[in-house]
Amino acid sequence: MDYFLTEEQKMIKEIAAQIASERIRPVRAALDESEEFPWEIMKVLAQSDLFGLYIPEKYGGFGGGIFENCLAVEELGRACIGIATTFAASGLGAYPILLYGSEELKSKYLPEIASGRRLAAFGLTESNAGSDVSGIRTTAVKDGDYYILNGTKQWITNGGEAEIYSVLAITDPKRGARGASFFVVEKGDPGFSFGKKEKKLGIRASATRELVFTDCRIPKDRLIGREGMGFIIAMKTFDKSRPGIINFQAIQHKLADMATLTEAARALVYSIARYLDTEPKDFSKLSAMAKMFPADVAMKVTTEAVQILGGYGYMKDYPVEKMMRDAKILQIYEGTNEIQRNIIGQELNKEYSRMKESFLG
Amino acid sequence: MKVLIDHSECTGCGSCVDVCPVEAISIVDEKAVVSDECTLCGMCVDSCEFEAIEMPELTAKEENVGEYRGVWYFAEQRDGKIHPISFELASAGRKLADKLEVDLCGILFGHNMEAACEELIKYGTDKVYYVDYPELLNFNEERYAKILTYLITKHKPEIFLAGATAIGRTFIPCVAASVKTGLTADCTGLDIGDDGLLHQTRPAFGGNVMATIICPHGRPQMATVRHKVMAACECVDHEGVVEKVEVAEDLLKSRSELLEIIHEEDDTAQLTDAEVIISGGRGLQKAENFELLEKLAKLVNGAVGASRSAVDAGWIPASHQVGQTGRTVAPTLYMACGISGAIQHIVGMQGSKTIVAVNKDPNAPIFDVADYGIVADLFEFVPALIKELESSATCEIE
Amino acid sequence: MHVVICIKQVPDTKNVRIDPKTNTLVRQGVESITNPFDLYAIEAALQLKDSLGAKTTVITMGPPQAEESLREALSLGVDEAVLLSDRAFAGADTWATSRTLAEAIKKLGPVDLVVCGKQAIDGDTAQVGPEVATLLDLPCITYVRKIEIEDGNGTMKVERATDSGYEILRVQIPAVVTVIREIGEPRIPGLRHKIRSKKQEILVWGAEQLGLDPEEVGLQGSYTQVVKVFSPPPRGERQMLSGTVEEMARELVRILKSSNVPGF
Repeated sequence: MDYFLTEEQKMIKEIAAQIASERIRPVRAALDESEEFPWEIMKVLAQSDLFGLYIPEKYGGFGGGIFENCLAVEELGRACIGIATTFAASGLGAYPILLYGSEELKSKYLPEIASGRRLAAFGLTESNAGSDVSGIRTTAVKDGDYYILNGTKQWITNGGEAEIYSVLAITDPKRGARGASFFVVEKGDPGFSFGKKEKKLGIRASATRELVFTDCRIPKDRLIGREGMGFIIAMKTFDKSRPGIINFQAIQHKLADMATLTEAARALVYSIARYLDTEPKDFSKLSAMAKMFPADVAMKVTTEAVQILGGYGYMKDYPVEKMMRDAKILQIYEGTNEIQRNIIGQELNKEYSRMKESFLG
Repeated sequence: MKVLIDHSECTGCGSCVDVCPVEAISIVDEKAVVSDECTLCGMCVDSCEFEAIEMPELTAKEENVGEYRGVWYFAEQRDGKIHPISFELASAGRKLADKLEVDLCGILFGHNMEAACEELIKYGTDKVYYVDYPELLNFNEERYAKILTYLITKHKPEIFLAGATAIGRTFIPCVAASVKTGLTADCTGLDIGDDGLLHQTRPAFGGNVMATIICPHGRPQMATVRHKVMAACECVDHEGVVEKVEVAEDLLKSRSELLEIIHEEDDTAQLTDAEVIISGGRGLQKAENFELLEKLAKLVNGAVGASRSAVDAGWIPASHQVGQTGRTVAPTLYMACGISGAIQHIVGMQGSKTIVAVNKDPNAPIFDVADYGIVADLFEFVPALIKELESSATCEIE
Repeated sequence: MHVVICIKQVPDTKNVRIDPKTNTLVRQGVESITNPFDLYAIEAALQLKDSLGAKTTVITMGPPQAEESLREALSLGVDEAVLLSDRAFAGADTWATSRTLAEAIKKLGPVDLVVCGKQAIDGDTAQVGPEVATLLDLPCITYVRKIEIEDGNGTMKVERATDSGYEILRVQIPAVVTVIREIGEPRIPGLRHKIRSKKQEILVWGAEQLGLDPEEVGLQGSYTQVVKVFSPPPRGERQMLSGTVEEMARELVRILKSSNVPGF
């Protein structure tokens, strides 16, 4: 299948594929076992210029878009979703800054992220706010030239390893959905610490930690965009990053269904990613589809793979059990697939009402 | 320049076309024709059963070859002790010197090694040029190259042999370049042809082919030989002389300074001297399993080798690696366990006298070079072999 | 600081095989690759670029196709590339090759370090590095596994592997080194470098540009010449052992004992 990639897109794929097979494959089982953070691989990705694919050239990036990032994440994910997640999550953490940050914030942080010198992370989830973002409780109170953050974020990918965090906090509890804001918090900021590293079923090479803010004091210019824009920034970030973050496994099985589903998932993601790079107006439904469908396919295909191999498939000696464990998270993070279905349903409703009106009108 | 095809002999069979690595030959009107792409590698010359192809003649360089006489070799020492390659070179040199009816001279650089010179004479050396300075005890490429160049330029030997050891491979090319002559490395065969020239035979293309090379106009004709390729023959009654040579201070100067020598203790990695090597590859599956091969190796006083896969997987240090990017070995027995037999490994061990291959896969290419093949799970066979050796040893004691 | 890397494009010898019917070499469909040891040389040079900002130039003597190897080096991060290509260069032995490379290096201007791979997998002679050094009147250190430039001192500290371990030497630069695997794992191409490598201009120099007469290079300029190429004598009949592992073990010991293999 030829997706008519440009020369440069092909190069991105080739380099990511080479890293996947020469550097990731040999160590993926060991990293899964030890849960060690893949710093060596991050160094290689940085040296190969893959961290800034979606960041404009002005800030040291490659100047590509979501699609280019997708290509890299897909190839890395072939070898290990844990490592692909680590890589992709840095992009997620960069997006709020990229989309809404001031020129100063962008110039300060994006080059660091684009060069791979420092990793980023996205701090939104809390124990009361998983699917329901509005349940967040972390607060950010203005204090002269500073903001003071208090609260805890949970299950943050790259937590503890990343140095740049995009964190969502409530700045005005009275304003409800318009009362949250995004901030850049750096590792080392006073009052910012981490919880213990979580032990997970899958994507074990990826580091997941709590972010703990105890009177964490940050300069006021760390505010991304304006106060109150928090939820919008979050939604826009998800819309942009979903196709990039989801990886679909290409398991080397010749079974027709699995192959067709995988190809369909790829085709869907490529089309949507390309479309998103044209900056269309409404794309929440498509972003949700680009996350939900491949995630379900990955889970189905990897489970089938284990099933087909039977006893061997279940054993750690073979790589498929890890792939199945890793795939599960795809249906959960970045907004569970149930949430994605909600989004799609709501969008369909809206479209339907519009259609009905014009039909009857 | 390209190979010359005699169309009166050429039958247009096309064998040369198949063999040409750069596709420079084609058949036109039923005759082979060579394009300018020809790189003069010589493959087609051998492939032609009608002998219709030959290499072009080198235009003569005036080198006053008649002035050069004598067969010389470089005797190596390590820490004041003669390296066995020196005796092999002496023996090979002796044969050549006899054929040419000239003297055989050995060159030794070192310090306080007069006794060693006598050893060299016992292997057929007529004269030893011995250069004694403390600076020469440890190898230094500049000193060794300058002094050897001086001796060769002064005494004009027609043939010069050296060991293809780490030392030889480092400074002998420097000497060849200084003296402006040809050097052929890793010769497996040396002989005097009817033309009175040294015919040097060596493997090419990773050992898949052999090539015979001559150096018609450069003098001396220089060649290096690997350790254990030629046999050392003592002629205890031989008599010879030792000439101690003094050299100008200039020749002892060097732009590199040895700061420290570090020995890494790893006796099972003494591959180059081992008579028996038990080698493991990907089939070993993990580092711990090499203990099984170590046990077998210890029983037979052998060394443990490994293929690149095993080294890359981190199961055993690189010093054990046999193969193109590792060491070349030629032990009496090479036993390959769980090694598939990629060509890069084979080129490192195909000089072994006896090759035994143990592999689960009957189609593994290693069996193509093996003298004895065992299709079995190495985890079953090697323990059985160990058991057999242990019990036969006890039988002997009884 | 200016580092020059000498590389060679070679046939992928693992695909070279003997045709069992004619007993000659068959090289159809054999790929050309950059000599694996030269990839280590490139990596060594790039490490110096990373740490000291050294300028790196890669050169190769070969047919026009050898440009692929130069572009591969560029995609890894090497700055400039020069192809030494001329019909007159064909058939060169190590002397003629070294002569050509040395003239090219002289033409490249001030050079602090020349890096070569330990040996080429088709010739396996390991001669070119030392010969080039001699022609340039530079010290040559072989089997190098670590390089530390002593900035401002005009020297470098190197570690070279020996049969029993390694040595540490201090060497005046400029110098030539040949490197081994342990110098570092070749890096993966960088996206920016890969894009640049496709479009970058590569200089091509022939004998004339190097100021060399045709008699000084290629076959004409060589001292050694191949007179014959033949297949090595076959090893002899292979014997497959059979039976249980115990039976085969016993049989093997018997065979090796009777052949007087030491240790058995």
